[in-house]
Amino acid sequence: MDDSQATGGTATDRDLAEALCARVAEADASGMPIHITGGGTKAFYGRPVEGEILDLTGHRGITHYDPVELVVSVRTGTPLRELEDVLADAGQQLAFEPPHFGPGATVGGMIATGLSGPRRPWTGAVRDFVLGIRVITHQGRHLRFGGEVMKNVAGYDLSRLMTGALGTLGVITEVSLKVLPKPAASHSLCLQLPLANAMAKLTKWGQQPMPLSAAGWHDGRLYLRLEGGTRSVAANRARLGGEDLDPAFWTALREHTLPFFDRADPRPLWRLSLPHHTPPLDLAADVLYDWAGAQRWLRSDLPASAIRETAARAGGHATCYTPGAAEPFSPLTPVLAKYHRQLKMRLDPKGIFNPGRMYAEF
Amino acid sequence: MNILFDERLDGALPQADPQTTRERLRAALPGMTLLDREEDRRPFECDGLSAYRVMPMLVALPETVDQVVTLLKTCHELRVPVVTRGAGTGLSGGALPLEQGVLLVMSRFDRIVELDPEARIARVQPGVRNLAISEAAAPLGLYYAPDPSSQIACSIGGNVAENAGGVHCLKYGLTVHNVMAIEVITLEGEKMVLGSEALDAPGFDLLALFNGSEGMLGIITEVTVKLLPKPETAKVIMASFDDVEKAGQAVGAIIAAGIIPGGLEMMDQLAIQAAEDFIHAGYPTDAQAILLCELDGVEADVADDCQRVRAVLAEAGATDIRLARDEAERARFWAGRKNAFPAVGRLAPDYYCMDGTIPRRELPRVLKGIAALSKESGLRVANVFHAGDGNMHPLILFDANQPGELDLAESVGGRILELCVEVGGSITGEHGVGREKINQMCTQFKPDEITTFHAVKAAFDPEGLLNPGKNIPTLARCAEYGAMHVHNNQLPHPDLPRF
Repeated sequence: MDDSQATGGTATDRDLAEALCARVAEADASGMPIHITGGGTKAFYGRPVEGEILDLTGHRGITHYDPVELVVSVRTGTPLRELEDVLADAGQQLAFEPPHFGPGATVGGMIATGLSGPRRPWTGAVRDFVLGIRVITHQGRHLRFGGEVMKNVAGYDLSRLMTGALGTLGVITEVSLKVLPKPAASHSLCLQLPLANAMAKLTKWGQQPMPLSAAGWHDGRLYLRLEGGTRSVAANRARLGGEDLDPAFWTALREHTLPFFDRADPRPLWRLSLPHHTPPLDLAADVLYDWAGAQRWLRSDLPASAIRETAARAGGHATCYTPGAAEPFSPLTPVLAKYHRQLKMRLDPKGIFNPGRMYAEF
Repeated sequence: MNILFDERLDGALPQADPQTTRERLRAALPGMTLLDREEDRRPFECDGLSAYRVMPMLVALPETVDQVVTLLKTCHELRVPVVTRGAGTGLSGGALPLEQGVLLVMSRFDRIVELDPEARIARVQPGVRNLAISEAAAPLGLYYAPDPSSQIACSIGGNVAENAGGVHCLKYGLTVHNVMAIEVITLEGEKMVLGSEALDAPGFDLLALFNGSEGMLGIITEVTVKLLPKPETAKVIMASFDDVEKAGQAVGAIIAAGIIPGGLEMMDQLAIQAAEDFIHAGYPTDAQAILLCELDGVEADVADDCQRVRAVLAEAGATDIRLARDEAERARFWAGRKNAFPAVGRLAPDYYCMDGTIPRRELPRVLKGIAALSKESGLRVANVFHAGDGNMHPLILFDANQPGELDLAESVGGRILELCVEVGGSITGEHGVGREKINQMCTQFKPDEITTFHAVKAAFDPEGLLNPGKNIPTLARCAEYGAMHVHNNQLPHPDLPRF
């Protein structure tokens, strides 16, 4: 039996590309910036944008899905939940577990922010699964880069360059993603373990072929998820012991609904991205570890500069997740900033796409 | 077809004076090896695409990053083009020199700087061989996953420049998925680090952009790669088929069963025969196609997956299914595949290796198309296929001593690539565009897309001094090549001069 199928489409599917192109061309002609929006669930991420709203939520629908090819192509206004449901029906998933941060999350917001969930250190980030994009350039032209094939090195990799660029280089209208089968078995558990011991174990396990797919630590407890074949998961479960953990923990961690992320907490929330084996940082903060130590969430009143300098010394960087920060992202070195500016200038000479969303200067 | 740099189509190159360039570089870099005698430059006149040769004006072999910085600053000031070369194993002519350019050879950057088992990274200089990283990491139980067939010789800097693949890409990814950071020197001699030892870095993903950029945006002087724990076990199943199409469907059936093999390779009859004659791998020479399916991971899971794959293959109509009994047989099965190119090379004086990718479902149609092209041209074509990820390597057999046969082989190759694009694929999966596929770029991309590529290039190298003429064609070349997309019955850019 041939399993390949193009999706028939649903009543809500709509292709607004032509109208979106016209809007972008007008903006380029008038020099009036546009503020690209989807479900608004990640509006807090980055700096505020002043510009006319270009709403992509109407541009939606899965344009092609063939489970046997492990590829799905989807318009960026499509609700992320809808895409995940279609994949789940075929026993597949977005392996990088993108955070939604609200019911309206769209595929476009996932690509623009490039954020990944707990499985990231083991399977890769959003950008690792992006195979191709369709994008509206500053002149209002609808172009295609990459494609629906796993390997493609023709031309520069604009698909991955634009993933995580926060809409500052163009309007991404469609994306082709590699998808993977859901693991045969999954088991989550929790061990009472002080931080130093937990970190030592994670470092050791990282050098062994162990079926880990998530690892977090907070307040004396190490949280683990085992995923893989039935027998290896069972064997490791028996070996590690500990208490069973509701897998909803990982969703709550990803979605920032654990008590740690309580919005009533007056202290700013920081994300530190560090080499995973970095020893605990000397910062006055409540810390929650994710990604086996490579992503650490901080609740801290310390000045941004102190947090940034400490992260940089450890070989990483810090992002402020609490809205209103003047500069949510770590500043770039002068050379990197120069080439960011030049890239922005070449791809968006009038600065119409989400100006200032990532850094004030572009 | 001649793909050498043609100023009429590829744009005017600055006319550097060889003597001034040599004197200025000698003065600025007294300690650096700079080859200018013809007999010394000769070994560098081509890379793995040896049908094309150009004598570089000068060959520089720096040994330190400071030398690279000074060399680039000097060349930038003198407006001398710079072509960078690693081990020179690339098959697309990405390191093909220019008569008016300096060839920057990075082979002396051959040191593994740091191997950190706790961080699971290796920090290496760009001239380090791909396999040398895994060899150095082996005592720690770790390895570097991407394994292009040339891994014994190719260097990591070239792997990044081409975003090299290998037989394990479906499960472990390409170079771009396995590189954490690179140190780059810009044309103006600035040093920057893209990526980091953390899992992401602020700003645009320039690390991804530089992977596969073919030395057009900057010079890589250090690479930090991710190391993985060696799988506990790896098993290989070989399945024979009496029909290529059935083998293709079996590939889809394995993936539909929710299994992602470590490697999934297909060879057709001609490739099987050639490999068997050369390596004695134990391949069934009467089969029309074989699949090699490697399952790796934790022992217990691999045993289960082997059972499931055997059942899927039987259901798909395999005429024979064999599990390699031991490590020696597994190595033999792979040796046949990894030596398929030289094995096929014994069937004819020359062969031309293609590198198209296609959605797997299109395999029967593309194989039929290739067979028709083979029949029409009279040239035999052997097919070796990274079946798991849709990357085909048709090998076109010919004899360059027969007048017109190289041209014929190239024309057949070009048409195979166009067929790949037609079914929704790409002209290159892992070998790069280089000079080889510069014309086919015009088939895959519309003029506006090519213009966007030029805009990216201009952000890093507005004067076009880094590896000019590679990877991205000019619109003039596309107009001349004649395979441009015609939209709404209008040729794009009617204002362009056509030669």
